[in-house]
Amino acid sequence: MAILLIGEVTNGQLGLDATAKAVTAAAKLGEVHVLCAGASARGAAEQAAQIQGVAKVLVAEDPALGHRLAEPTAALIVSLASGYSHVVAPATTDAKNVLPRVAALLDVMVISDVSGIQDADTFERPIYAGNAIQTVTSSDAIKVATIRTAGFDAAPLGNAAPIEAAPGATDPGLSQWIEDRTAHSGRPELTSAPVVVSGGRGIGSKEGFEIVEALADKLGAAVGASRAAVDAGYAPNDWQVGQTGKVVAPNLYVALGISGAIQHLAGMKDSKFIVAINKDAEAPIFQVADFGLVADLFTAVPELTEKL
Amino acid sequence: MKVLVPVKRVIDYNVKVRVRADGSGVDLANVKMSMNPFDEIAVEEAIRLKEKGTATEVVAVSIGVRQAQETLRTALAMGADRAILVLASEDVHQDIEPLAVAKILAGIVKEESPGLVLCGKQAIDNDMNATGQMLAALLGWAQATFASELKVEGEEATVTREVDGGLQAIKVKMPAVVTVDLRMNEPRYASLPNIMKAKKKPLEEKTPGDYGVDVTPRLRVVKTTEPASRKAGVMAKSVDELVDMLKGAGVV
Repeated sequence: MAILLIGEVTNGQLGLDATAKAVTAAAKLGEVHVLCAGASARGAAEQAAQIQGVAKVLVAEDPALGHRLAEPTAALIVSLASGYSHVVAPATTDAKNVLPRVAALLDVMVISDVSGIQDADTFERPIYAGNAIQTVTSSDAIKVATIRTAGFDAAPLGNAAPIEAAPGATDPGLSQWIEDRTAHSGRPELTSAPVVVSGGRGIGSKEGFEIVEALADKLGAAVGASRAAVDAGYAPNDWQVGQTGKVVAPNLYVALGISGAIQHLAGMKDSKFIVAINKDAEAPIFQVADFGLVADLFTAVPELTEKL
Repeated sequence: MKVLVPVKRVIDYNVKVRVRADGSGVDLANVKMSMNPFDEIAVEEAIRLKEKGTATEVVAVSIGVRQAQETLRTALAMGADRAILVLASEDVHQDIEPLAVAKILAGIVKEESPGLVLCGKQAIDNDMNATGQMLAALLGWAQATFASELKVEGEEATVTREVDGGLQAIKVKMPAVVTVDLRMNEPRYASLPNIMKAKKKPLEEKTPGDYGVDVTPRLRVVKTTEPASRKAGVMAKSVDELVDMLKGAGVV
């Protein structure tokens, strides 16, 4: 049977990177059908159809699906699920909201944050903030899983899969969208950026984050933050990297003024290269850094930005 | 309105976990255990609702081994009124799956008829992030996940959610399940007099059978391994040396 993959659709736009990485994972399991659901999803469906490995795209357009509210979206997915062996999605906040609801409605377990696929029933996932990797075998009739996109390469474009309309959704009318307060940035998206520059408590103030942003812009990087920096109000919450924030695995991760608590490492220790600058030589971040520098951030970071 | 708060006993968040050499799991013998940090935030929010007069009673629930009663006593010391312990396991190494937990909680909801269930967004041991959503599904209730702000207004609640890209505000019909994120509040510490008082608060014991729930796992754990360790890095003495290293590695 085929695999139903829930495309990441936000305000009619496809989250191409997350969806394409999930396609790579899902393609190991069988033929991939992508569902694009939203108030408007046609454009997203057309983009999803270009991802190599996608056999078919289903598009469901309904005002009730407009803001990925869990109840109508889960109802739609459940109505389609019986024809599939697996229902998967990239492990974004949207999918983490909806897929456990789908799984419970199907009376199956959800397998969260899959980082490796051994066969159709056997999956690897990190537990304890990434300090252990668990291999689990599911005996459920339909496997419902979210994919840790940092663990898979994005499938390339260059496909033209057919697009079909999916049956309409039934909105249980339990919830209602009010507003989005989105942080606008011209920088690359954190979870898909090849380079990430993050700041921690050591940055000291919101203004201090300018040195982090200047280095990020020099490197064409996304900006991240530790929980301490977010809690202190230096950076917005959606910049948080870690167990409870975003999980990234860029080619280069630059940690500035970040001590390297277990919960932060959970979100970045699969990065290819890790660089740390911290004035505390004993900071645990240096145990995972490929390149380290013990220095005062406020002189070293501007100097680094200038010399790169 | 009664508020139900599920709390989980987990390894303390500061402990560096050790994977057993035989691949059978993480070593939890003689390790410091605490209330899951997200659940502390949920308990705190429930108590604040009571202090505002929105909630009339706060009931804490935990499912697992007998030692979870310590976690419930912590919730009672923070201000919960009474507690329910569902004894579902004899061995601390047996983690009850979110689906079974959600089914037990659904059984408790049917008995207790709370107007709101407040849970943590995820447990820091299994990192599943699923129980609240599963419970809402089983009850046919609305859900508001990753909440950083909650305003209950009569038959509705307005919830600000932490989502990728920023914040989202939604309105849900009550009763509902709300899962809380880190930034919702700062949980209080239980004072010594309250810890003493908590010992006298009611704590009822139940079993999964009381709710007709089978806790047999759907996911069989084949093995648990250490993540790949990173190669030891090198330290630069100056910014110039760091730049040379980065250029040498081809990353800039």
